[in-house]
Amino acid sequence: MSQTEIAPMAAGNPDRLTGLKTFWHYFSVNRGAVIGLFVFILLVLAALFAPLLAPYAPDVQDKTAFLRPPAWQDGGSTQYLLGTDPVGRDILSRLLYGARFSLLIGAVVVTLALTGGITLGLLAGYFRGWVDVAIMRVMDLILAFPSLLLALVLVTILGPGLFNAMLAIALVLQPHFARLVRAAVMAEKSREYVVAAKVAGAGHLRLMLATILPNCLAPLIVQGTLSFSNAILEAAALGFLGLGAQPPTPEWGTMLATAREFILRAWWVVTFPGLAILITVLAINLVGDGLRDALDPKLRRS
Amino acid sequence: MRTGRRNFGAAPFNSTMLRYLLNKIALLIPTLVGITICAFAFVRLLPGDPILAMAGEHGVAPARYEELKHQFGYDLPIWEQYARYVGEVATGDFGVSISSKRPVIEEFKTLFPATLELSFFAMIFAMALGIPAGIFAAVKRGSWFDQSLMGTALVGYSMPIFWWGLLLIIFFSGYLGWTPVNGRIDLQYFFKPITGFMTIDTLIYGKWAAFRSVLRHLVLPTIVLGTIPLAVIARQTRSAMLEVLSEDYVRTARAKGLSSARVIGVHALRNALIPVVTTIGLQVSTLLAGAILTETIFSWPGIGRWMVESISKRDYVVVQSGLLLIALIVMAVNLIVDVLYAVINPRIRAA
Repeated sequence: MSQTEIAPMAAGNPDRLTGLKTFWHYFSVNRGAVIGLFVFILLVLAALFAPLLAPYAPDVQDKTAFLRPPAWQDGGSTQYLLGTDPVGRDILSRLLYGARFSLLIGAVVVTLALTGGITLGLLAGYFRGWVDVAIMRVMDLILAFPSLLLALVLVTILGPGLFNAMLAIALVLQPHFARLVRAAVMAEKSREYVVAAKVAGAGHLRLMLATILPNCLAPLIVQGTLSFSNAILEAAALGFLGLGAQPPTPEWGTMLATAREFILRAWWVVTFPGLAILITVLAINLVGDGLRDALDPKLRRS
Repeated sequence: MRTGRRNFGAAPFNSTMLRYLLNKIALLIPTLVGITICAFAFVRLLPGDPILAMAGEHGVAPARYEELKHQFGYDLPIWEQYARYVGEVATGDFGVSISSKRPVIEEFKTLFPATLELSFFAMIFAMALGIPAGIFAAVKRGSWFDQSLMGTALVGYSMPIFWWGLLLIIFFSGYLGWTPVNGRIDLQYFFKPITGFMTIDTLIYGKWAAFRSVLRHLVLPTIVLGTIPLAVIARQTRSAMLEVLSEDYVRTARAKGLSSARVIGVHALRNALIPVVTTIGLQVSTLLAGAILTETIFSWPGIGRWMVESISKRDYVVVQSGLLLIALIVMAVNLIVDVLYAVINPRIRAA
């Protein structure tokens, strides 16, 4: 960093660096979290470089190789490492491309749910009164329905498809963020630094976004991670029920749905997509546990 | 109760408790109204004309269309339509299924016991394994048992249960041939339901072979539906127990020279179970969401599969009323949990 910067700025950056160091110190204590992070990075790389890594395109059918077993089993060959599906598509390639969908679903859903939840939670916690009552009653209402049922019904209204499934899941997950932000805002609002900023003449928007919000980030990051894995699970469930991504999209849940009738004949068409979902969700949940330990001393696992 | 003096006694059901209960019920009213609005709006939000949507794929003749429009009240102003809907629902009229032509409430009554029975066994399974495992993990904190249990619990918590169900079918039904693949009972056994709970009905009739068949059908769906609650309960019991074990009164109990089993079993456990009860109550919603998937995989004739099939059959009357009924169940259970919580934890009533 340049020496010409004014002192407070210069003091700011090393602070952040030590903050990151402390964070990594707490995070890396949790061995599971580090493993989870490692697996997650591998998944992101697999998704990014799917066209390079996958031996075949995800929708290419080999009419001579229907339901070919994986390479290590009798009848399998290294041509199709994890075998082929009922219409002769390479399962490994489809799984690699499927990682793109799952990670995209998680990212989009969390972004939508975070944006909505932060906005509503800030408004409710900051203004209180009827704004608060109105917003929180709607949140209670959303939580009154089993999440998957509400997502199903929303997709029925919007029409099946990957994007609509993401919208529905975001709406279902969003109240958790709103509740969290509201509670945090209410706790922070009467603190001295907020009052000081208010006295200094900060407007509503500045108080909400620049003063209060950064101090509610830790629980939000933890909840965001958990919602990321939840979103992947729910989207896969919707795909499995035929209302999420539509075939021939290589989304893992959709792959399971089309493979269902072959479960007693070809274990591999069912086993691998589900294993991919489990590994992804587990990795993200491990990271979530680690983040909670590192970021949120109050929630720290004893 | 108007004694004019504040009652500081610890009667199990005093005026504080009553006020707490009334408060809780009052808070539910907006949610109740909201639920009916959601169900009411559902049919009207569907793309296209609500009558054509309700008529399904066959469509209707123009004359019949007008007739239906009037019959369902779609020619009235929207708020009158809503008032009419609430009036119908309040008198127990949930409409008639488009596909089966039976009243929705009748279908619900025959299918709900199947879901309830499955959920009950899933919850017993989750509690019977989760609570002891959580206690043991907390007591032996840091041991290999604790670590592997928490690892397993996280895997369970991350499990896509629809896939888990398929795996169990592949192994236990396909490979070992131990369990049936679908349904509640072998088709050869047929009897008129009394309670709707197959385990009870077969016992009332005294048919042991049928009872065994019911149990064999229950095993896999129970495990599948119980997996996530099991993981959650084990984790929650462990952390509640850990918290309680470091409390002063537990240390006092130990210092008094009480046996370790008594300290853990009586002093600690009773307090540790308070948050666990709440967790169990919160699992009801998860359980119903899980039932949708579990029942679909095992062709279990309950309300979860009913909803999925009705959506794919475009039987929107069933979807609308099913949505309403399921939300009401969740709400009622949450109220019961709140009351139970207040009964076992007196501190909460004052809040």
